[in-house]
Amino acid sequence: MKKWFVIVLLFAFLLAACKPGASEEAPAAAPSGPLRVAVVMPSAINDLAFSQSMYDALVAIQEEMGGPEKMELVYSEGMFVVDDAAAAIRDYASQGYDLVIAHGSQYGSSLQEIAPDFPETAFAWGTTANTFADEGIKNIFAYEAASQEGGYVNGVMAASLSQSGVIGVVGPIETGDAKLYVDGFVAGAKSVNPDIEVNVNWIGSFSDVALAAEAANTHIGAGADVLTGTAQMVVGAIGVAEENGVLWFGTQSSQTSLAPSIVVANQVYDWTVALDQMIALIAEGTYGGQAFLINLENGGLVMEYNEDFDLPADVKALAEETTQGIIDGSITIDVGN
Amino acid sequence: MPGLSKTRLSQLLDAALPVFAVAAALAVGAVMLLFLGVSPLEAYGALWDGAFGNANALAETLVKATPLLLVGLGICIAFRGDVINIGGEGQMVVGAILAILLGLNPPEWPGWMVITAALLAGFLGGAIWGAIPGFLKAYFGVNEILSTIMMNAIAVQLMNFLLRGPMIDPAQLEVASKIPQTARLADVFRLPRLVPTRLHLGAAIAVVLAVLVYILLWRTTMGYRIRAVGQNPHASRYAGINVKKNVVLALLLSGAFAGLAGAIQIYGVNYRMITDGSATGFTGSAGFNGIVAALFGQLHPLGTIPASVFFGALLVGANKMQRMVQVPSALITALNGLVVVFVVSSEVWRRRRQRRRLSAAVSAPEAADARETQATPMDRETSS
Amino acid sequence: MISDFFSMTVLVGILASGIRLATPYLYAAIGEVFGQRSGVLNLGVEGQMLLGAFAAFYVTFTTGNLWLGVLVAAIVGALMGLAMAVVTVNLQAEQGISGIGFYLFGLGMSDLLFQKLLGTVQTVSGFPKATIPVLSALPFIGDIFFSQNILVYGAFALVPVAWFVLNKTTLGLKIRAVGENPEAADSLGVSVARVRYFTIILGGTLSGIAGASLSIGMLNVFQQNMTSGLGFIAVALVYFGGWRPWGVLVGALLFSMVNSLQLWGQVLGIPLPSDIAVMMPYILTILVLVISVQRVRAPAALTKVFERGE
Repeated sequence: MKKWFVIVLLFAFLLAACKPGASEEAPAAAPSGPLRVAVVMPSAINDLAFSQSMYDALVAIQEEMGGPEKMELVYSEGMFVVDDAAAAIRDYASQGYDLVIAHGSQYGSSLQEIAPDFPETAFAWGTTANTFADEGIKNIFAYEAASQEGGYVNGVMAASLSQSGVIGVVGPIETGDAKLYVDGFVAGAKSVNPDIEVNVNWIGSFSDVALAAEAANTHIGAGADVLTGTAQMVVGAIGVAEENGVLWFGTQSSQTSLAPSIVVANQVYDWTVALDQMIALIAEGTYGGQAFLINLENGGLVMEYNEDFDLPADVKALAEETTQGIIDGSITIDVGN
Repeated sequence: MPGLSKTRLSQLLDAALPVFAVAAALAVGAVMLLFLGVSPLEAYGALWDGAFGNANALAETLVKATPLLLVGLGICIAFRGDVINIGGEGQMVVGAILAILLGLNPPEWPGWMVITAALLAGFLGGAIWGAIPGFLKAYFGVNEILSTIMMNAIAVQLMNFLLRGPMIDPAQLEVASKIPQTARLADVFRLPRLVPTRLHLGAAIAVVLAVLVYILLWRTTMGYRIRAVGQNPHASRYAGINVKKNVVLALLLSGAFAGLAGAIQIYGVNYRMITDGSATGFTGSAGFNGIVAALFGQLHPLGTIPASVFFGALLVGANKMQRMVQVPSALITALNGLVVVFVVSSEVWRRRRQRRRLSAAVSAPEAADARETQATPMDRETSS
Repeated sequence: MISDFFSMTVLVGILASGIRLATPYLYAAIGEVFGQRSGVLNLGVEGQMLLGAFAAFYVTFTTGNLWLGVLVAAIVGALMGLAMAVVTVNLQAEQGISGIGFYLFGLGMSDLLFQKLLGTVQTVSGFPKATIPVLSALPFIGDIFFSQNILVYGAFALVPVAWFVLNKTTLGLKIRAVGENPEAADSLGVSVARVRYFTIILGGTLSGIAGASLSIGMLNVFQQNMTSGLGFIAVALVYFGGWRPWGVLVGALLFSMVNSLQLWGQVLGIPLPSDIAVMMPYILTILVLVISVQRVRAPAALTKVFERGE
């Protein structure tokens, strides 16, 4: 009954034996050919959050370089299964891509395994500061976002605009980029008003839009008149904020289009800052070993103010002053606890 | 092969049925691919290439098939005992947690001994997570579909809690972003690889266990009791079998195999535990896909082997297809769904022919006997 | 802090949000009750919900007509139900597995359509709060029960209707007969196939509306995999409710209220790690079942294929 499976398997083995490693031996990248870039991402390229921020940056660089003839760009999206991502990374490397980007902090272990086997390929891993240089691996770049910086600026504005003295935060799980942003936000809010109440709800999921919305409702019920949140499921919370006329601060991508009347400002990621440097290094023959941080200072993080929102001039001035303070180092943000 | 008798031909047709069903599903998928402006030939070529194209691809397929087979074995036991276990995801997670705890705090034993103990710990973790729904069902009448769904969610949050806090990689405590992962297993604690690919010893362990589960179910008293309770609890009770105990046992064993799958994923593939907030990032949905694999294998431990390889191939090949022709991952999910629906629907023709063969062979008692031993719960339901 | 828990604001908040959260569960689980009472387990609820949610959102996004959105969501859900009926009734496929297949199909297809037709997350203005005059002015109770959107009222109205249909009508009798003893029902001239087609399609329709209640009722957005396991919880709630609409209502409210309770707990600073708080609804649902020790027997023919003339 299961014979056909056996037949299929036998065929497969035969085929495998007939053309040993056919697709493994990809041609080495010709020096004059286009730059070949592959990216592996956990969610979809249009998630309006983490994955999209990277994909948009790569497309922008591709355009700047002169289109697909100059830079080939391929992607694997929806690679939330760590093991699948590892297979994709290895496959891209064996196909001779020049730069393989593993866009997810959960992919680090896989890179550590794979990168030593492909010394001529540059890998990039985010978001982290670890290039595995300590382990003797020389071809992994690291990149991360100082998302606490924009979080801090958002927090300063939020505390200035809040009349009730209560602010609500909706987060996925208490870790990584989300935690950095929230820590920064809380610190910023407290810097304006030490007594302000910032309630944080971690809903335990990156996808549960309904629970994120209900978390927003809870905050509003508890008296919050300003909200913020991070990761792709917050779209539900933004809707609730709009319905209740409560202000919203965004991060990762611009969320203004979702609720133009209540989104005050967004911290927008621009990975091109880090990617440009990596690509320049690859051209020089350096394939890794350096960590890049996008922040307010180098323009990798951009504070985007919603023009349709009537932000009081003094609050905007304070926000810009704070941004400047973070850039010149007069404001330091204590995160990581 | 000698000349085909009529029965033989009909059996061959049965064997080819899933192939036709998969082909039909892929044909529907081809229409979708055309709509997306992608050549189906190119796409399916990439799928085949990604699953079987070379030694490395084949190894990836088998690596993917390993947890499906292990979970599937547990499902075979559960279904034979007439309980439904959709808690494979949670059981894998708990098994992995216990297994890695041992590997990260190893006693001073040689590597192989630590690995063996860790796999047993995984088995135990899954057994605990499976026994709870079994206990609740046997003694409190709590339906196991409900409890296993809930236990999946609880296991995920438990994992998130442990990986963020008590079990976090000490190196992560020093950086601000604090990736929720454990430390890495030392090299000596990794399952050895069979050939210079990612294919690891776990695949062989799974195949051996498939044979053992077959023996357990059909050649031991314990297996006989589980099956008896599954087929007819009332009669079993009169026969002096402790029905409650066997319900717990079926779910416990079922969970144990899923737990072992989780442990083997850690020791053979990932070498550490990482969470992205969901179970899928770690399990790759093997806790669910294993159910499908088991059913495609006719709920027979040995049949589950090729069925798991088939699904492993489909999953691995589909990812390759995404890479080569850049179709959205969503299409691949939808396509997987179609394959499942088409294959499970095609079963009807096999059953019909089987029945026709039977009625043709009423006078041949061996044929009837053969059917008796091959009958699956599905067949049983149809003919009852 | 803990004393805050008993303030009126918090209580009203918990109850109101519990009722909102319960809405999609109710539609989907009541639909599933009909299916299971007739002997069909549908594990594809989540997929039907996702396609329904997308259909409702897309139609509303392009036409601005909310009711048309609900209608199309219902039709899409019904079509998914029809396919499920063909597969499980005519082709006699194993129900649990075909359900998983339909779930995967709905999950992928809704995402694919979202990417191709919308491209990115958009918003619509969904059903507004329909405050019921007089009643909504009642202190506390008004805020909890009578200031919700119309799809919320619909979900709660569905419970007595479903109870009535199942227990007090000939149709309900036929459904139950088919689920308990299809052979006997068949010999009495009830078409098992027709009854099951009806319940499966009805289940799909309600699941589609459940999706609409999310995408254009509660959230006003569509996002990939936005149901995030909701459909599976709905199936679990059918078992919680012992295949009875009122039992499902209790289960849906319990699960949702505990969920909003844990959200409030985090806001009020209850010293519990967030992950442990998130576990609460799942743990409590099991515990309540254990304590109440209700032993309701499943429909005898559940998941069993029926074939005439044997």
